[in-house]
Amino acid sequence: MSFEFPLLSLIIWLPIVFGIAVFVTGDDRNAHLARWISLVGSVLGLLVALPLYTGFDSTTSTMQFVESHIWFERFNVNYHIGVDGISMPLILLNCFITPLVIGAGWEVIKERVSQYMGAFLVMSGIVNGVFASLDAMLFYVFWEASLIPMFLIIGIWGGPNRVYAAIKFFLYTLLGSLLMLIAFIYLYQTSGGSFAIQDYHQLAIPLIPQILIFVAFLLAFAVKVPMWPVHTWLPDAHVEAPTGGSVVLAAILLKLGGYGFLRFSLPIAPDASHFLADMMIALSLIAVVYIGLIALMQVDMKKLIAYSSVAHMGFVTLGFFLFNSYGLEGAMVQMISHGFISGAMFLCVGILYDRLHSRQIADYGGVVNKMPTFAAFFMLFAMANAGLPGTSGFVGEFMVIMGSIKANFWYAFLAATTLIFGAAYTLWMYKRVVFGAVTNSGVEGLEDISKREFALLAILAISVLWIGVYPYPLTDVMHATIDHLLIHVNNSKL
Amino acid sequence: MQKLYLLVPLAPLLGALIAGLLGRFIGPVWSHRATIALVFVSLLASVVIFFDVLEGNTYNGSVYTWLVTGDTRFEIGFLIDQLSSTMMVVVSLVSLMVHIYTIGYMHDDPGYQRFFSYISLFTFSMMMLVMSNNFLQLFFGWEAVGLVSYLLIGFWYTRPTAIYANLKAFLVNRVGDFGFLLGIALVLMYFGTLDYSTVFVQAPNKTDEMIEVIPGISWLVITLICILLFVGAMGKSAQFPLHVWLPDSMEGPTPISALIHAATMVTAGIFMVARMSPLFELSETALSVILIVGGITTLFMALVAVVQNDIKRVVAYSTLSQLGYMTVALGASAYSAAIFHLMTHAFFKAVLFLGAGSVIIAMHHEQNMQKMGGLKNYMPITYWTMFIAALASAGVPGFSGFFSKDAIIEAVHFADIPGTGFAYFCVLVTVFVTALYTFRLIFLTFHGQTRMDAHTKEHLHESPWVVTMPLIVLAIPTIAAGWFIGSIVFGDYFNSAIHVLPQHNAIQKLGAEFNGIGEMMLHALSTAPFWLSMAGIFTAWYLYTVRTDIPGKVKAYFGSVYNILDRKYYIDELYSWLFAGGSRALGTTLWKYGDIKVIDGFFVNGTARVVTLTATIVRHFQTGYIYHYAFTMIVGIFVILTLWLY
Repeated sequence: MSFEFPLLSLIIWLPIVFGIAVFVTGDDRNAHLARWISLVGSVLGLLVALPLYTGFDSTTSTMQFVESHIWFERFNVNYHIGVDGISMPLILLNCFITPLVIGAGWEVIKERVSQYMGAFLVMSGIVNGVFASLDAMLFYVFWEASLIPMFLIIGIWGGPNRVYAAIKFFLYTLLGSLLMLIAFIYLYQTSGGSFAIQDYHQLAIPLIPQILIFVAFLLAFAVKVPMWPVHTWLPDAHVEAPTGGSVVLAAILLKLGGYGFLRFSLPIAPDASHFLADMMIALSLIAVVYIGLIALMQVDMKKLIAYSSVAHMGFVTLGFFLFNSYGLEGAMVQMISHGFISGAMFLCVGILYDRLHSRQIADYGGVVNKMPTFAAFFMLFAMANAGLPGTSGFVGEFMVIMGSIKANFWYAFLAATTLIFGAAYTLWMYKRVVFGAVTNSGVEGLEDISKREFALLAILAISVLWIGVYPYPLTDVMHATIDHLLIHVNNSKL
Repeated sequence: MQKLYLLVPLAPLLGALIAGLLGRFIGPVWSHRATIALVFVSLLASVVIFFDVLEGNTYNGSVYTWLVTGDTRFEIGFLIDQLSSTMMVVVSLVSLMVHIYTIGYMHDDPGYQRFFSYISLFTFSMMMLVMSNNFLQLFFGWEAVGLVSYLLIGFWYTRPTAIYANLKAFLVNRVGDFGFLLGIALVLMYFGTLDYSTVFVQAPNKTDEMIEVIPGISWLVITLICILLFVGAMGKSAQFPLHVWLPDSMEGPTPISALIHAATMVTAGIFMVARMSPLFELSETALSVILIVGGITTLFMALVAVVQNDIKRVVAYSTLSQLGYMTVALGASAYSAAIFHLMTHAFFKAVLFLGAGSVIIAMHHEQNMQKMGGLKNYMPITYWTMFIAALASAGVPGFSGFFSKDAIIEAVHFADIPGTGFAYFCVLVTVFVTALYTFRLIFLTFHGQTRMDAHTKEHLHESPWVVTMPLIVLAIPTIAAGWFIGSIVFGDYFNSAIHVLPQHNAIQKLGAEFNGIGEMMLHALSTAPFWLSMAGIFTAWYLYTVRTDIPGKVKAYFGSVYNILDRKYYIDELYSWLFAGGSRALGTTLWKYGDIKVIDGFFVNGTARVVTLTATIVRHFQTGYIYHYAFTMIVGIFVILTLWLY
């Protein structure tokens, strides 16, 4: 094999190196420098990730941009990375969101700027590592490492109840991932001493161990997604997290769970996946309907969007367990789209919070009178959140509904209720916050968005519309991988 | 030609972008010039395409691939035939007139550019809907017109009633779309494609496929698909019981009530069913459902119109009732008559709405007809154009509405599926009611004593030319559009665009008896609808100009009936209690008990408590005091020694 430029390594480590450089700038006297280094680092991080798309061969399902080096020879742990049609779009999403998060905290974060910005850059690199890892140990290290920056971001820059939220977040996710480690050790034993994830895919495992492995993975991934009923950490974490934290949490970290199902649960335990599919579908549909109703009654905007995230992620897990291409590709599109939309929604709430320091719907009303440009953007994202065709929010939901009717009419029926609930909770909130006459002196004093905020929202708006109007390029890179995964999952290992 | 097809939707889209994004910089005048010019381009292109289609040049092709998944391609594409080209001309013509009218109606509104942006965006969306050659794009346009409708109903966003009405409209439409999307999903599942032509060709081979939605009960797949698609039409075309949003939509500015909530968008459901005629023809059950829903809407909404005092609400309920007529026509397989009525209705209802708007401007935004009266001397153009539209609406021979409505009534008469009798009764009785409420509006508004305050009366004058010109332009087809019934309804105008099975040939039977419009009018003089309509006009004249004391007495005497009509059968109250209240209560319960008490309270914090409790007990062994440890060790040694010794 000829020498190839270690592009993936660069994508993983460049943000981390920049993050450390930002840490080095030290205290807030150098805040300005810290901001600029972060911005340059995050934009560079996105630029170096672009060749991943342009150089991607969408006709094959094999791993691309592969790098493999021995790490711990004794345990056969390797620094083995590569991407396929599932991980590549997620890495791009992550690299795309990072500059936006840096921009979102630009003037807003005034204390410990270097640590805040640095934490996001480091997290960006770590998350790229999670998506790129082809070695289970490497994956596990990155996976657990990704918890730390987010824990700090919530715990240091969060709201009044941040410590409770941070610990709830940490314990929930940590508990889940411990079982995953046990599954890895079992797989290591069964495979005769390999940590290569792709080896695990080929292992013939009897049904009972498959189910046990599936359940161990399930806890780790279901908490991250989050699936009902292990979702209650998410609203708390979002409410306390600073805006940037919420954006990354919703746009990126939840996707780790979804990615885990595709990389581990489905291919390693296909028979268990089929065996437990009904349960998984039921949990997903509960997320759509039950959470949709709960979201309706929220009085805190961030909680509302957090709950709406859970409902939208319900489509992701629903799509996975339909075992058809509509469902799987729809779930993937939904993950990417949710990254844009939830990120944008949290940014919008953040913009209001920065001005009035309240997330309560009741404290607003008539915002459009004072912030017309903001209101227009917020409308677009609200409609995307409600799954309006022409926005990215529609594409994934549409595909998953198309896929679910093949399995059972009632799956599609329950899933399609999101058309009503999604519109109800999003637009009702929009009505109370944005429309109407100016309700109080706080709203009276609001100023419309700055150029910086405009730029952030405009970039997201273009993304949301692009995926909605022309999703072809996005799904095109996934086909080969998803088709391969489908064939693999639909073949019994027993 | 293909480039011309693209121009039809894209020109208004460009206009919407110019007015919406640049409106702030180019000012109001250039915003309306740009949007009007571009909608005019769209109209010209539509007319050229219309005549091209008349020569037999239809088109069905894709523009670009939206998505590929598995082995299904989703395309964005156009189907240009008699049906779509007719709709394109109607939409762009009414839209252009409304654009011009808006200059006068909205001239001092701070949201002037935004308004033009929205109505151009609407024109784009509506064009995408009618020109589509597949279900996906249809849904795309379907929801997009819903979005613009939402934005426009809530255009005056500081009014609490407006922002309540737009949310309600969007959500009720979403209930319809919920069914619509499921219908589309079933189409995709059973046909493997969303392309119209492929689906229509395959449909006759699928007539014996069954689906078990509820275990034990099998349905014909086609029937289920058609009913679900029709649920979508019920939302968009405001059919009972999803009609509740349309009257409230009158909170929006009047030009959009004319454009969206009368002439074009609300007819999307009618258009859709006509477009899907090859599917609907295969399911008699679905046609029966359509007949009955249409019949209920026709009669019961017309009755409500009789007691309304808000001039726009009368026209709104009239729209509901007229949409009911079209729906009944669909159920009777008289698709061409439905589309024909859609067309004539678009013109006469646009005149009625725009005329009402003209009156409202003159009355300084007073909409209560009880405070009007005698306006005909002050506003002759508005009066005469509205009078013509009222004659068309009441179905007086010679005017457009007569031909289309008579065709529908006769088609229902000839139809032969379950539900026909009921529907025929409804459409027949409604002829009287329609004439009554339409002329009640005319007499209350334009005749009799002036009842407004002195200040308003002093300023009464005819509206400017930008308002009256569209009225006059639209009054022409209001009279004349009906004269083409021979070729459009009875001839082979729609050709292959509409498909009717031989056993549903009501229109063909009618066509056999048709001998030109003159004879049709003569024949009508001896039929019930004509006399019912005359009776309605006479009653209105007698009650609202001669014996104006009678309506008050009737109202007092039939208080309970009046209340039921005035409260619109209490449907709004029922829905807001059952659905809005129900989901709020359910949401609260799930949140407070499910999430907070059970999941967080019992499982999460419960786990934490068990850990804490265990730790509290275990902690006593690790106090950190050396004498505790020493004591424990001594006790331990004693126990071990004791055990060892014995």
